[in-house]
Amino acid sequence: MTDPLLKIEDLQITFPHRRGDFIAVQGFELTLNKGEIVGLIGESGAGKSTVGNAVIGLLSPPGRVTSGQILLDGQDLTELTAHRLAALRGRRIGMIFQDPMTSLNPLMTVGQQLAQSISILRKMPMRQARAEAARRLSDVGISDAKNRMDQYPHEFSGGMRQRVVIALALAGDPDLLIADEPTTALDVSVQKQVLDLIKDICRERALGVILVTHDMGVIAETADRVCVMRHGKLVETGDTQKVLAHPTADYTTRLIAAIPSITEREDRFRNPEPRTGDIDKWLLQAHDREEEGHFLNTTDLVKEFPAKGVSFGIRQPPFRAVDVPQIQIARGEVLGLVGESGSGKSTLGRLLTGLLPITQGSVTYTDHGDISAFRRAAPRKAFRRDVQVVFQDPYSSLNSRLRVDRILAEPIRFHGLASRSQTPRLVAALLERVGLSAEDGRKYPHQFSGGQRQRICIARALAVRPRFILCDEPTSALDVSIQADMLALLMELRRSLGLTMLFVSHDLAVVRQVSDRVAVMRKGKIVELKEAETLFQSPEHEYTRHLLSTAPRVEGHRPSNTAASTRKAIQ
Amino acid sequence: MLIRIKSDFWYELLRSPITVFSALLIILMVLACTFAPWVAPHTPFDPATISILDNNLPPAWQDRSDPRFLLGTDMQGRDVLSAMLYGGRISLMVGLGAVALSTVIGLTVGLVAGYFGGLTDAILMRIAEVQFAFPPILIALLLNGILKTALPADVFATAAVPIMILAIGLAGWVQFARIVRASTLVQREQDYITACHAIGLPTHVTILRHILPNVLSPVLVLAMLQIAVAIVTEATLSFLGLGTPLTEPSLGALIQAGSQFLFSGIWWVVIFPGVMLLMMVIAFNLVADWARDYLNPRLR
Repeated sequence: MTDPLLKIEDLQITFPHRRGDFIAVQGFELTLNKGEIVGLIGESGAGKSTVGNAVIGLLSPPGRVTSGQILLDGQDLTELTAHRLAALRGRRIGMIFQDPMTSLNPLMTVGQQLAQSISILRKMPMRQARAEAARRLSDVGISDAKNRMDQYPHEFSGGMRQRVVIALALAGDPDLLIADEPTTALDVSVQKQVLDLIKDICRERALGVILVTHDMGVIAETADRVCVMRHGKLVETGDTQKVLAHPTADYTTRLIAAIPSITEREDRFRNPEPRTGDIDKWLLQAHDREEEGHFLNTTDLVKEFPAKGVSFGIRQPPFRAVDVPQIQIARGEVLGLVGESGSGKSTLGRLLTGLLPITQGSVTYTDHGDISAFRRAAPRKAFRRDVQVVFQDPYSSLNSRLRVDRILAEPIRFHGLASRSQTPRLVAALLERVGLSAEDGRKYPHQFSGGQRQRICIARALAVRPRFILCDEPTSALDVSIQADMLALLMELRRSLGLTMLFVSHDLAVVRQVSDRVAVMRKGKIVELKEAETLFQSPEHEYTRHLLSTAPRVEGHRPSNTAASTRKAIQ
Repeated sequence: MLIRIKSDFWYELLRSPITVFSALLIILMVLACTFAPWVAPHTPFDPATISILDNNLPPAWQDRSDPRFLLGTDMQGRDVLSAMLYGGRISLMVGLGAVALSTVIGLTVGLVAGYFGGLTDAILMRIAEVQFAFPPILIALLLNGILKTALPADVFATAAVPIMILAIGLAGWVQFARIVRASTLVQREQDYITACHAIGLPTHVTILRHILPNVLSPVLVLAMLQIAVAIVTEATLSFLGLGTPLTEPSLGALIQAGSQFLFSGIWWVVIFPGVMLLMMVIAFNLVADWARDYLNPRLR
């Protein structure tokens, strides 16, 4: 065995702060050989990106390496001057960033950017560099590279853009590639292609690759070895298969157990214990007599967005974002809605909840009638009381200038569901109901973590005693362990309160865990809609099959695969 | 974010001595001018207390001076320091009043245009653009002229300060409207506003309770900058003889009156009010600069 390409020993990274230094990474170790992919996995704040940035010398100030060594072929990178380190970047170490839209210069053609890098890094004349750039673009799987070189980044799709970024990272023929969440911004089906490309390049060129990600599925598919990080410390390291199948650290076990399965519906989400506290009685008030039948129904629903710009006096045809002949949601049902970005799934969700005006067709609620036909304020207000939303981004969905108790009191007071004197007690009960404490009402949103904020959002949605909740990617912005808690909470609420839900997500595994029926959307149309179990076991439509086959899987990690062991692991 | 960093406020402030100095200067000037009748050593515009015999005395540290008049006297024997304090009071009143008026108009227009968009936005912003095409001083001149002819002379004379506030305030709202509209467009797309729609909150509640507090940071910075601009505009108008009357002069009017004697060696009558005006403007600008950095977490 030759010497390792990269050896990190006892790395400590500190961010000095006037209220005491923050140690972001401590005692981190890693060995990376040529032709090997090592995955760095951890939840947000684990310090995994910080390690990647330290290796390439791009720690954001004031952070710095306070002890330990980063040896690249025996040379300690932490002792190099900024100037010497800059010379290594691109030539010895390449980096792939998360968002391919922001890591390319939008004002330069792809060919210019790549040729410029090649020309500088390999000291080539520009003409020769351009020819080399074309060759490299086709190497990373861009067909018709000669012509596409003269296009701008916005003319490429997300996956293609990430391929360009990879070509850029490889421009100086580095030995070490750091990929920081390279596929997080991409759709699942594209993700697989990009990961395969990274894998191929690693093998062919005998590159060492550090793959930083929060997604265990990505690790399982790509990495040879994995380092699990938590709170800046290395929790566990070893061969990917071994770690996934037989994790030794407690944290790794919990992390793996928290990942929702795509192959079966887990008991922890299916049969939660319903709760019957005082607050649940209040939440169910005035909802005891409900009619049978479907909850909502649509006819020929169409949403068009006007196209921008008029060329030569001819108006472009509008963009048809949603075109759904009919969709029904039964009372008490959870309908899952999956699709890739741009498929129109969020738009459909907002049309159904009356948050976007409908272009054609109608949405009819059994209890409220046609929602675009409200003429007076009272029925509209009654409709708004029944239908609520939980959003994806817990940061933008709370008003940062309002205290949490005011955020929760507002809908209660506005809909006159409790008197002024009763409201504080209800707010406290709601907070406790979603797993926070009553005292949390006196804080502002920024004092909470993402998961806690999402709980506040759920409490706000509950505050009007709704019957229907649109969950628009409610767990996509959360860490995987928090995601499981959030799904469990939503499923428990649904069972306790008999809620009807529309659950929009790009994550097939999540949808499988929560949905009774699942609709698959593509380009504004529903391509397949059936019982969840049937759809996942025997998908009919080609696109559904494609989605299922490209979804990353973490397999063989559930040793006994019983619900009891999973639940224990979660607790 | 004003709330997030209560304890950081003093830390960031104390890290910038020039801002502390400017802020103290502003506080000092505001206090001294507000309480001018008690602070000032003389009542400069009361004919009973001034004596023509004291005219053109130099500042106290020069020859031929009178220790009663620290910064000297003007040609009518009025105390320059007292005149500055009374004049500064008018300048500050006009500056603060005009900016308050601009802010209220600008906030209203900006919120309405940004929130409703479409035709409302187009009409309001076209009006704003037309006004923006005229220099503020021209608009103030115009309004001043119109009011001068429209109002009886005695009313116009006594209402000089409110008229200046109205003129300068109406000239300055466009910048506020633009900045508020831009912020509103951003906030409107945030999920918490969609949540307001989902709850069914009426439009005015959504705008006032949810959007307004979130667009105030840039308004605060702009307001501080605009106070300085308004003070200068007022001084300019007064210097041109269109502002406050000589019986009740602002800093600008004092500078204008004094400038006639600058070349006859009586420099103190114009230099001291000029320095005070300069300090006021620079202090407001420096504090506004600091506030902009402080309110923008990305720059810290």
